[in-house]
Amino acid sequence: MDRTAIDVAHMLAGGMVLVSFMLLYQDRMFGLLNVFALHAFVLSLSVAWQAYIQNAPHLFITAFIALVLKAIIIPVALHRVVVRLGIHRTIEIIGGIGPTMLFGIGLVALSMVVMLRATATADPLAREDLAFALSVVLLGLLMMVTRRNAVSQIVGFMSLENGLILAATGAKGMPLVVEISVAFSVLVAFIVIGVFLFRIRERFDTVDVEAIDEARGERL
Amino acid sequence: MVLILDLIPQGVQMALVLILAPLLLGFTRRVKARLLRRRGPPLLQVYRDLLRLIRKEVVIAQNASWLFRSGPYLIFAATWVAAALVPTFATGLYFSWTADLIAITALLGSARFFLALVGMDIGTSFGGIGASREMMFASLAEPAMIMIVFTVALLAGSTQLSEVADFMLTHGSLRVSLGLALVGLIIVALAENARIPVDNPATHLELTMVHEAMVLEYSGRHLAVLEVAAALKLLLYISLIACIFFPWGLAPTGSGPAAYAIGAVSYAGKLVAGGFLLALFETSIAKMRVFRVPDFLGIALMLGLLGMLLLFVSRSF
Amino acid sequence: MTPVIAALWSIPALLGVPLLALATRQWPTATRLVYGACLAICLAVLAVALTQLLTTESPASSLRLPLGLPWIGAHFRIDFLSAFFLAIVNLGGGAASLYALGYGEHDVSPGRVLPFYPAFLAGMNLVILADDAFSFLFAWEFMSLTSWALVMAHHEDPDNRRAGYIYIVMASFGTLALLLAFGLLAGPAGSYAFDEMRGATCAQPGLVLILVLLGAGSKAGLVPLHVWLPLAHPAAPSHVSALMSGVMTKVAVYGFIRIIFDLNGAPAWWWSIVVIPLAGATCVLGVLSALMQHDLKRLLAYHTVENIGIIFIGLGLALAFAAHNMPAPAALALTAALFHVFNHSIFKSLLFFGAGAVLTATGERDMEHLGGLIHRMPLTAFAFLTGCVAISALPPLNGFVSEWLTFQAILLSPILPSWGLKLIVPAVGAMLALSAALAAACFVKAFGVTFLGRPRTPVAEEAQEADNASLAAMFAFAALCLIAGIIPGFIIDGLAPVAQGLVGGRMPVQSAIPWLSIVPVAESRSSYNGLLVFGFIAMSALAAVEIIHRFASRAVRRGPAWDCGFPDSRPQTQYTADSFAQPIRRVFGEVAFLAREEVDMPPPGDVRPARITVTLRDLAWDSIYAPIAGGTGYAADKLNYLQFLTIRQFLSVVFVALILLLVILMFAMLVWS
Repeated sequence: MDRTAIDVAHMLAGGMVLVSFMLLYQDRMFGLLNVFALHAFVLSLSVAWQAYIQNAPHLFITAFIALVLKAIIIPVALHRVVVRLGIHRTIEIIGGIGPTMLFGIGLVALSMVVMLRATATADPLAREDLAFALSVVLLGLLMMVTRRNAVSQIVGFMSLENGLILAATGAKGMPLVVEISVAFSVLVAFIVIGVFLFRIRERFDTVDVEAIDEARGERL
Repeated sequence: MVLILDLIPQGVQMALVLILAPLLLGFTRRVKARLLRRRGPPLLQVYRDLLRLIRKEVVIAQNASWLFRSGPYLIFAATWVAAALVPTFATGLYFSWTADLIAITALLGSARFFLALVGMDIGTSFGGIGASREMMFASLAEPAMIMIVFTVALLAGSTQLSEVADFMLTHGSLRVSLGLALVGLIIVALAENARIPVDNPATHLELTMVHEAMVLEYSGRHLAVLEVAAALKLLLYISLIACIFFPWGLAPTGSGPAAYAIGAVSYAGKLVAGGFLLALFETSIAKMRVFRVPDFLGIALMLGLLGMLLLFVSRSF
Repeated sequence: MTPVIAALWSIPALLGVPLLALATRQWPTATRLVYGACLAICLAVLAVALTQLLTTESPASSLRLPLGLPWIGAHFRIDFLSAFFLAIVNLGGGAASLYALGYGEHDVSPGRVLPFYPAFLAGMNLVILADDAFSFLFAWEFMSLTSWALVMAHHEDPDNRRAGYIYIVMASFGTLALLLAFGLLAGPAGSYAFDEMRGATCAQPGLVLILVLLGAGSKAGLVPLHVWLPLAHPAAPSHVSALMSGVMTKVAVYGFIRIIFDLNGAPAWWWSIVVIPLAGATCVLGVLSALMQHDLKRLLAYHTVENIGIIFIGLGLALAFAAHNMPAPAALALTAALFHVFNHSIFKSLLFFGAGAVLTATGERDMEHLGGLIHRMPLTAFAFLTGCVAISALPPLNGFVSEWLTFQAILLSPILPSWGLKLIVPAVGAMLALSAALAAACFVKAFGVTFLGRPRTPVAEEAQEADNASLAAMFAFAALCLIAGIIPGFIIDGLAPVAQGLVGGRMPVQSAIPWLSIVPVAESRSSYNGLLVFGFIAMSALAAVEIIHRFASRAVRRGPAWDCGFPDSRPQTQYTADSFAQPIRRVFGEVAFLAREEVDMPPPGDVRPARITVTLRDLAWDSIYAPIAGGTGYAADKLNYLQFLTIRQFLSVVFVALILLLVILMFAMLVWS
């Protein structure tokens, strides 16, 4: 495995950690969705690179699924849902951005130590990418825990899942990666649809933008 | 004789940064204007402004002290020494072994210390607001810079800039920690040079200025010296990014005039690219409100810390 | 006369000085006599210490006197470590005495200061010379008591009384911790002489480390044991404040180094993991607290806490390297810490001298009532500015050199194999960089609000320049700051034998390096040259001035301030200390101090002024000291009941205690028979 291949793999995995931090930093809804699209895009690049250096063509399909489904379809769909339902556009962060970021750094450090010590005898490329993947998972969890808004919690869950896919592709020879990733994506899609159907059913009256305008007296 | 031959490239570098700094500023302003569909000032306008300012009489307040009168020269001297130490077209020049990254950061810190002090000298509220906000930005930008310096130094094995540049020329590759350090250094450079989104260099409203507020009371030759110092700082940061992260074209230690010429041409190209990208970035983003800037600089600090942590944990990051 | 005897003569000399003062009846003469005598004695001991440190090859010169406990005697010794610290103590003491020749004339109650000041100096010297546990502890406690007496010199102020009370409680706690530590080191054989402790292996070296951190750390000012420092240091007269901040804290650092590096045997792997994060937290909390102060002396006292943190970071790194058998990096870290000890004692004393001069000239310690003093006290302002630039770690002065060396030690630490350190050292490096930047902000505030701007009160408008003795002391230290910054190589070479004795390694020989640079590891790696930086800056500034004045214009005209076209003649419109610190308080204050701002805005039509109230809480005080004080008060209240028992009840208490002891004895005999 030559130096450039390892460096590019690290760069893409580290890029995913970086984009996870950017997700933690966002406090506006549309910015969050755009950054999530970027997250999925970097994931697809990383999986494609792994497919290239591991000579595993079936991983190209996983990369394609990540690109189409998570970088394009889901963000666009969420964007339209947010607009139509008039969902609150600012995201409240519990605890403030500064302490959240510091805690995120602590989580990255923790996952580095745990992964690198636990897999001390494994292939260096795989264990370092696994360390990055665990960081992405933990940062996704942190995002879910520190947000009040349902959409941002869903985005956090999806970024967590992206981290799992990164881990799965990093470890060579894991079977059924493609099938598992498709199943995960369908699961996530159903969760998203389910949450919004539930919310629409529960809050139909107050969420409708026309009703709010009538209450303010700006429409007849 | 050999000594003189060694000193000439060093002297050329020191003069070069001084001459090129206003040109870089003029180029950036012209690109910004063009992007906004204006014609913009000519490239050499900054030189004309400086000449005009130098020849004017200085008007200072009744209660200005000796620190106010000597401050601009100290600030200029510290910034020029720092800028002259960064390798521009060649590494390994005569005094390049004094170019320690931490020392350069601290020299800029000295300049900033005196700038904040002269801002407070007259006792107006503008000076106070500029000084207090500048020190708040510095309290996050300087640690971020030190973390980035550490990340680069851990990879290169030295904090000496010539060594770092040589290392990047021979062993440089796409490393995660270098990527993080580059993003962090760009954020710090934007904050330290008072560019959008941190501060607006073209305005004089107290809600939107930090650097301009500190130099509000200056006129004439003092103001000219401070403007040159600010231009030198911008040149220093672009040269630093070019030297550490894009070192191709730098003449290695002990090469001849041909390699220096190639180095000079590539350096000019890097300055043009840097100025263009800066103007493009400034035109495409709005200025942040003041209390969002600590979050923005906090990102740079986090990136530097993350890069350093990765290098402590494993050598191959 | 061996060096140790020469140094020991200073103790009775210093103790005898107040008696000399009794001979003269008038206070001005007595003041000058006492401080002049102290200055002479301190300079003599400084000369002895420097010769011992710089010129001798043999490590130690010791002495045993038949004083104190009969089976131990009193051992005294000068080796390289104590020579260095003796030099520090006497340099600070001499400068403070020189300063006090001028400052002491303005003291309202010299009778409460003059007897204790030489005794304080004697106590500090004795701590460093002591070579057995008993004389060490005796001298330590003597030092605490005399400094307490000096803190209580202006006892009319209730704040000073409270400060003295807290100080004596914390000092007693520290001595207790050190007593227990020495007990552990002496072991069951009861060998209290340091020579015997060096040879023996202690049963619980980790516990000794914790106890010494509590004991010496509380005297030095480690968080969370620092709470007495910002109260007591400002309460004392200014020359004593300079001694307490600049010198007594260094004596505490000496105690730590002596016990942990010398007496406690080889360091274990986990010691640095305790010391380094504690030091990092001390740095950041110290400087953030300093930023929130508007009392000049309290700001300087909190800042001492930060610098002690920096010193302990260096010491912790030295422990880490020594624990993993890396003598050269350990020497680098230790040299960085010791260099910072030297630097801090100089510039902190200088800053306290300046604060004392301001206090004498205006009667005010509060920065909010000062301003514009650079016009009235230009020489004091210049010396204070030099101290501010030095303490903010800006080249080419000396603060930057010790900071640079500490950073180089941090950059060497990836070679340490311990995983805990791999996580802690980057975090502490970030904390160190953060505290350096915040220190610069703190001193821009201190100098800017006090000396620059316009005078805020009439006393500031009429301040007078300090007297010649004070100015001489300040300028001597300012010159020393510059010299130590420009040619630090000589100081590093002077510290080499100390490092060699403690960690077994040394930095490369600095005087052999061309252009007087300093090199921490190897010339190809990193180097710093203060002389060249200073020369370049001076030449560039002078060249710029000369060229512009000659070829352009040198005309100057004075007029009113521009202020964007809206000048306001009231000095209240300029920034105050609290307003300068407000942005930083907004960023860091909510986490560090639970800072809250409340604005009371009157409704339209109401003519009363709007008020802004800022509340800061000291988390260490609220979570540790307030509960302990409350709990002790509660227990004392309850136990007070025992005062009022009848005779029968007293007898029954004695009876019950006797029965209890006999029962315990019975169980002990049954279990271990």
